[in-house]
Amino acid sequence: MSNLSRKRLEIGFFAGPALLFYVGLVIIPIVLAAFYSVFRWDGLGPIVDPTCIDAYAAAGSLGPNYCNRFVGIENYTRAFADPVFISAIGHNFFILALSLVIQGPLAIGIALLLNRKMRGRALLRLLIFIPYVLSEVVAGLAWKLLLLPNAGFDTFLDLLGWKGDKPNWLAEPDVVMWTMFLILTWKYVGFAVLLMLAGLQGVPEELSEAAQIDGASWWQTQRHITLPLLGPTIRIWAFLSIIGSLQLFDMVWVTTKGGPNFSSATMATYLVEIGSSRQQIGFGTAVAVILFVISLVIALVYQRFALNRDLEGAMTGRGR
Amino acid sequence: MNKRSMMRLLATGAVATVTLAGLAACAPAGGDTSNEKVTLTWWHNATADPLAGFWQDVADEFEADHPNVTIKVEGFQNEDLQRTLIPNALRSGDAPDLFQQWGAGELAAQVRAGQVKDISADVADQVAEIGGTVSPWQVDGKTYGLPFSFGIEGFWYNKDLFAQAGIEGTPETLDDLYDAIDKLKAINVAPIAVGAGSKWPAAHYWYNFALKSCSPDVLSAAQATLTFDDPCFVEAGDYLTEFLASEPFQEGYLGTTAQEGAGSSAGLLATGNAGMELMGHWNPGTMGGILAEESGGEATPPAFLGWFNFPGIEGTDGDPTAALGGGDGFSCSADSPPECSELLAYIVSVDVQKRFGEIGAGLPVTPGSESGISDTNLQQVLAGLKKATYVQLWLDTAYGATVGGAMNDGIVNLFAGNGTSEDIVTSIQDAVKTL
Repeated sequence: MSNLSRKRLEIGFFAGPALLFYVGLVIIPIVLAAFYSVFRWDGLGPIVDPTCIDAYAAAGSLGPNYCNRFVGIENYTRAFADPVFISAIGHNFFILALSLVIQGPLAIGIALLLNRKMRGRALLRLLIFIPYVLSEVVAGLAWKLLLLPNAGFDTFLDLLGWKGDKPNWLAEPDVVMWTMFLILTWKYVGFAVLLMLAGLQGVPEELSEAAQIDGASWWQTQRHITLPLLGPTIRIWAFLSIIGSLQLFDMVWVTTKGGPNFSSATMATYLVEIGSSRQQIGFGTAVAVILFVISLVIALVYQRFALNRDLEGAMTGRGR
Repeated sequence: MNKRSMMRLLATGAVATVTLAGLAACAPAGGDTSNEKVTLTWWHNATADPLAGFWQDVADEFEADHPNVTIKVEGFQNEDLQRTLIPNALRSGDAPDLFQQWGAGELAAQVRAGQVKDISADVADQVAEIGGTVSPWQVDGKTYGLPFSFGIEGFWYNKDLFAQAGIEGTPETLDDLYDAIDKLKAINVAPIAVGAGSKWPAAHYWYNFALKSCSPDVLSAAQATLTFDDPCFVEAGDYLTEFLASEPFQEGYLGTTAQEGAGSSAGLLATGNAGMELMGHWNPGTMGGILAEESGGEATPPAFLGWFNFPGIEGTDGDPTAALGGGDGFSCSADSPPECSELLAYIVSVDVQKRFGEIGAGLPVTPGSESGISDTNLQQVLAGLKKATYVQLWLDTAYGATVGGAMNDGIVNLFAGNGTSEDIVTSIQDAVKTL
């Protein structure tokens, strides 16, 4: 067997199963979704039904255009004309922005703190990381119960000294997204801290020592040595955080189902609520395609402009 | 299609190697199957006793009478079952044999897709016995399911709190209702609990105002042709706006669920934290279940419970005795074995129906079972049902998932203080266009 064909065989052997899964479970569904999204389809019958008779449709409550189900881009224009969907996109970006602006610095701060040698460090690291290990549904249900009016969370605030009326955390349209961000931060800051701590292990101690000898303070050392060297980790974390925010579903679904009155709906809860529960599979997949395109574009732009220096050689160009 | 049947074949093979019962369930239907082993799966919406235990008893009895049948009974939370689990199971081609069926618009869509079994011949006797109540479970004259319960909704109220607030009798007119709301507020009780977080409980207020604003003819036509041009539908929204302005509900009602735990609207009424709740005839059963979960004791509805119909409105086209109602039933999926309709027939038999009435989970439908209704409130609901000259099926069920869902969203939006009466009608009409 020649070297070349042997190499090909090896590639096929190792990459084949993964490729098969990738095409079957990722590529084909995307193509199918794009196909469904140009039809008005309830998902119950065949998508194109040659035996469909308009007279039958007219007799029942099936709508006048029941048999002609190809609608072109109508599902897309309808989505963008729906204020509920627009607000859902807004909620995704609300979480995205707050995550980057608040969760990130918070995680870096905690990581810097926990990176110092101190008593009880292992315990603190564990406590911060525990919420991330909990399943999303368990954490969501626990919060849902804690946040009921006059339940655990309100009592805790009473103890802290906030007497009097408190917002109904998950039931008020103006409050619910902030509550959601609080829960998400509680859940995911541990993961961010873990990433940052791992990144900090890669920062050579010699550099800080050299800086200290030169008279730099602890703050100056962090600002000019640790943070720049932590850059790759921060950029990867930000990437994961952005994608997570755009696809946010579980926590919202468990705690509020997108309510009250869609005021905590995200793109994903909207597509389940309107697409699946309403039996509008065509419309739902159009929303899914929009969600996919938004995520893809942001991911590509981010990779191109923010991640490319970290991934140099690994994902771009030919290996050196 | 080929891929799916291939998958099914593989799955069948896997099951067959594990259990003999699994093999028999996949055997072709028809012929004499009485000695072959059959497994029936049965999905219902009872997650708490008494009803959950009752269905298990019914399944056990049927198994005892039919030694070849094994029944797997599973209860699911109502909204998950109706909106997610059943549609997905039907779509995937792996549906439960017997499943909860709310009828009308939803059923019509399932029938059109060929997912529900025509059981007209199997249950002809039962259909004749039950009578007109079956019609929501029929499409084009064929029977695709049977109801086990049908009733109307009204206000469930706390007699003790009403007495404490000095409310005499029960509200007969809308003004009486406003009066009761004010009096309950005066004793610092949430006058009405509503689970607007579950959407439909809030939507039912608009349904009732529509029922009292629109003539029965307009409502029948709306259901048949999905047209909502009559001004009475906007008028219903105006009544609702006025009603909301009286601030009759508990705090945070937008986020309250209907039936889950003490914090739900049913829970608030059951624990004496609210004066009334507009709800269907199953409510005593629901409240009993919640109280049992809280106390760990028996599932008995609170003793202070009373019931009255939604008040009529003077000077409208609506029929003051009209009632809004609905039922629960079961359908057999297209591929279910013949034992499925036998089980369904057993469920609606007088004996089972009488016991269903006894546990207070709702009104039974089979004539002769009324004697089982021991709950005085359910007797009142039954009297209201008999008195009603026109019974309108829940509007969201009647219009189907797509239109019904958009309608409920429009109404909840008004509850949240957004939108107008016209917006509700527009959202319904927009949804009709997307069918």
